[in-house]
Amino acid sequence: MSKTSAETVVENNQTGNQFPAVSDDNRVALAEQEKREQWKLLSLTFPALVVIALVILIPVGWLFYLSFIGKAGGFSLENYQKMIEYKSYARTFTTTFQVSFLTTLICILLGYPLAYFLAQLPGRWVGFFMLAVLLPFWTSLLVRTYAWLVLLQRKGIINDFAINMGLWESPIKLVHNMTGTLIGMAHIMLPFLVLPLYNAMKKIDRDMMHAASNLGASPARAFWTVYMPLSLPGMVAGSLIVFVLCLGFYVTPAVLGGGRVIMVSTQITAILENQFNWGAASALGVVLLIATLLVLFIAGRVLKLDAALFGKS
Amino acid sequence: MSWWRTPASSTQVTHGGRLWLYVLAAIIMILLIIPTFLVIPMSFSDSQYLEFPPETWSLRWYNEYFGSRKWMRATVVSLKIATATMMVATILGTMAAYALFVSGHRLAKRIFMLLITPMIVPVILIAIGTFYAFGKFGLNNTLTGLVIAHTALATPLVMIVITAALRSYDLNQERVAVSLGATRIKAFFQITLPQIKFSVVTAALLSFLTSFDEVIVAIFVSGGSTATLTKHMFSALRDYIDPTIAAISTIMVLVSTVLLLLTQAIGKK
Amino acid sequence: MNESSIVDSALPISIRGLTKQYGQLYALDTVDLDIKSGEFLTLLGPSGSGKTTLLMAIAGFNRPDAGSIRFGDKEMILTPPHKREVGMVFQSYALFPHMSVAENIAYPLKLRRVNKSERRERVNKALDTVQLSGLGERHIDQLSGGQRQRVALARAFVFEPRILLMDEPLSALDKKLRERMQIELKDLHRQLGVTTVYVTHDQREALTMSDRIAVIDNGQLMQVDAPQVIYNQPSNAFVADFIGESTMIPLKRTGNELFVGDERVSSVPDTPAETDWSLVIRPERLMVEPGTADRDSTLFFNGTVKESVFQGETALLLVVLDDGTEVSVRSSTGTATPGITANPGSQVQLAIFRRDIIVVPTGNSQR
Repeated sequence: MSKTSAETVVENNQTGNQFPAVSDDNRVALAEQEKREQWKLLSLTFPALVVIALVILIPVGWLFYLSFIGKAGGFSLENYQKMIEYKSYARTFTTTFQVSFLTTLICILLGYPLAYFLAQLPGRWVGFFMLAVLLPFWTSLLVRTYAWLVLLQRKGIINDFAINMGLWESPIKLVHNMTGTLIGMAHIMLPFLVLPLYNAMKKIDRDMMHAASNLGASPARAFWTVYMPLSLPGMVAGSLIVFVLCLGFYVTPAVLGGGRVIMVSTQITAILENQFNWGAASALGVVLLIATLLVLFIAGRVLKLDAALFGKS
Repeated sequence: MSWWRTPASSTQVTHGGRLWLYVLAAIIMILLIIPTFLVIPMSFSDSQYLEFPPETWSLRWYNEYFGSRKWMRATVVSLKIATATMMVATILGTMAAYALFVSGHRLAKRIFMLLITPMIVPVILIAIGTFYAFGKFGLNNTLTGLVIAHTALATPLVMIVITAALRSYDLNQERVAVSLGATRIKAFFQITLPQIKFSVVTAALLSFLTSFDEVIVAIFVSGGSTATLTKHMFSALRDYIDPTIAAISTIMVLVSTVLLLLTQAIGKK
Repeated sequence: MNESSIVDSALPISIRGLTKQYGQLYALDTVDLDIKSGEFLTLLGPSGSGKTTLLMAIAGFNRPDAGSIRFGDKEMILTPPHKREVGMVFQSYALFPHMSVAENIAYPLKLRRVNKSERRERVNKALDTVQLSGLGERHIDQLSGGQRQRVALARAFVFEPRILLMDEPLSALDKKLRERMQIELKDLHRQLGVTTVYVTHDQREALTMSDRIAVIDNGQLMQVDAPQVIYNQPSNAFVADFIGESTMIPLKRTGNELFVGDERVSSVPDTPAETDWSLVIRPERLMVEPGTADRDSTLFFNGTVKESVFQGETALLLVVLDDGTEVSVRSSTGTATPGITANPGSQVQLAIFRRDIIVVPTGNSQR
């Protein structure tokens, strides 16, 4: 029986049912104690919140403010207007989304089979093969970017190897362009896709596949109609992480793109280094942030992301 | 080999029928691991140009690194900042993760989201934002400033690791301890902490590496005598391929590998 | 342990107006409950009934919105859980896996700064009591389910709390072990003499172990009585239905008399005019083909056999009465009971002694 207020109790009393009157013993003291305890607990998060305020809230807020300050010093939308007027900005955003999309695609194509392989391994082998995913994850991305720079250069191992094998005749330009950027970024992002995908695959009940088989599905059909859809949330979560990280990525495009792949992040630093124009750089940053949030928001709405990202089922 | 005929999956596909998957996975894993490790032999080359395999072997680039005042100072700065970040982020992150996990307050979820924003906000934005704000606070080019910035970047990782650990922990243990007469703080330190300690160690190592490997914020916020190792490496990379970096990379790869294997080893216990 | 130690090792619990609301839902709805000193009281109810909420409120882990909880004559409701001196056993046992068996049991003593030699002595005594002597050095993961249960128990009483709370402590054990532990727990309670509040959803467990049972549903106490009374004289339809097997037959009311068909069953105990009443029939109280029986002391029903089921020590007969109600009849297979093997479709006569009749109010016809 659910009741909404004290009145209902009184009513019940009148109709003859013997409910005791609502008790107010200690009500105030209990509420105060509850509040005190909650605050005590939440106060444990205050130091971390101070750090976030210093590093995220205040700086980003400040940039937001700066993006509305024109060259003359007053409030102005000129920083945003420029973004619409100049073609170079549009090109930057196109490049950024293109690189992010292609990187995500490569990661899915390589990551799905790898995650599937890992998820099917007997328990005692997982730890060993998982190192292949974890080791890059734990290694400095600057070091990994550097490694690709060395491997992909004109006289690098890849070109040597390909020429020796007769794949191509003279050295091909593999770095300081889009190819190099994509190779490097896919390598760096792959673990971010494989780990959530692997976790999602691990949660798929083996009996589901048994049931599909038992009901007459061929292995391929069972995979495509049962396993694949069940692993989809993990794949989407992983892809989203990769995509969002790519949007704001700096080091790898800066080094492997060699100035030919201009992403939003590299343009922001270029503006600051060359023109020292805080307004323009901030506006670009704000748009990047909004784009990122928009992607997350839409994905969250469509896919109930909370669950996939934070593992709450 | 009869092994090929044994079923490998729930749908009775045999290992033989899965050969393509094993080959594909092997290639992908090689692509993930090998590039980084190829740097190791190259770092022992005697040549100005990085070659594989090196024609002549030498420790030239290691001498260059260990003999350089600039590289050594940057390394010490990076180690100091990473150590401080590790300690601060692990403590703050564990405190926050525990409080939010236990609380159930209606604000808890929002605070959690707020605290993991450094994972969502593009790092370049954090970098230029802190550069600007820290300029006003006088925190640029200071160790404190960089530790604060790196703590913000590392705290979300700590929180995610610790929250995952708490999720697989039976909080009733803490309740039992309290019913037996322990205060909540005692119960946390005597009962909960010993059982999530491996996750705390993992979180600490992750925060250390997050700070030590961090590039973009360091490029902006650090400088002069507080310039980090990664800042120097980055500028060396952009200008020309300095083989000294191969030597430094080798050291960094080895450190990461050792730390990772360490967490795997203690995790198994 | 002698009588006098029982008296001072236990505390009565007195709960008044305890209320806990989650949104619109009452988890506890102005609960009043007196638990006697040294009593074994079971909170019995379906899941979500509020029984665990009530237990956690007594332990101090769930803060009610209002009300009073007294241990003896001391108000405890604002006392933090670590100062309540209440032993507690959780469903999951919540043993500390990073400590040995002995360290687990010694933990509350360490918190109370009991010196080392006394600690060892008391831990050993507690281990003896739960029949785990010599297992003190074992690790938790080396113990069986039943052993873990005993360690959790020993840890909860080793510091001599005057109140012991248990939250479905046997539910993780298999049936045989559970039944043995029920007897052992009851035995232990007799030894310790401590006031015990026990939560379960298993009615048989409640009937087996308790001095009194508090049946709880939707955050309200439905009935608090000794097991026999709960079973034989349920005071409302929920209790009648929840405890034991029963068939309910709605009764017709004429004035202050209740009828089934044309047969007068009883008179209405008290008289809010709009209340409906039902007859509660326990399957084991029904007799099949009773032959000559006295009409004054017996109530008769006629029906058709629908199904006859052999269930081991008892057999169950499903009979559709002439008015369409389906009743079940349970009888022992040990003694030759005539009619119990009747074939489906055959006519049978059933009878019940009037003294075995239970009538309960089934609600308010105006609502």
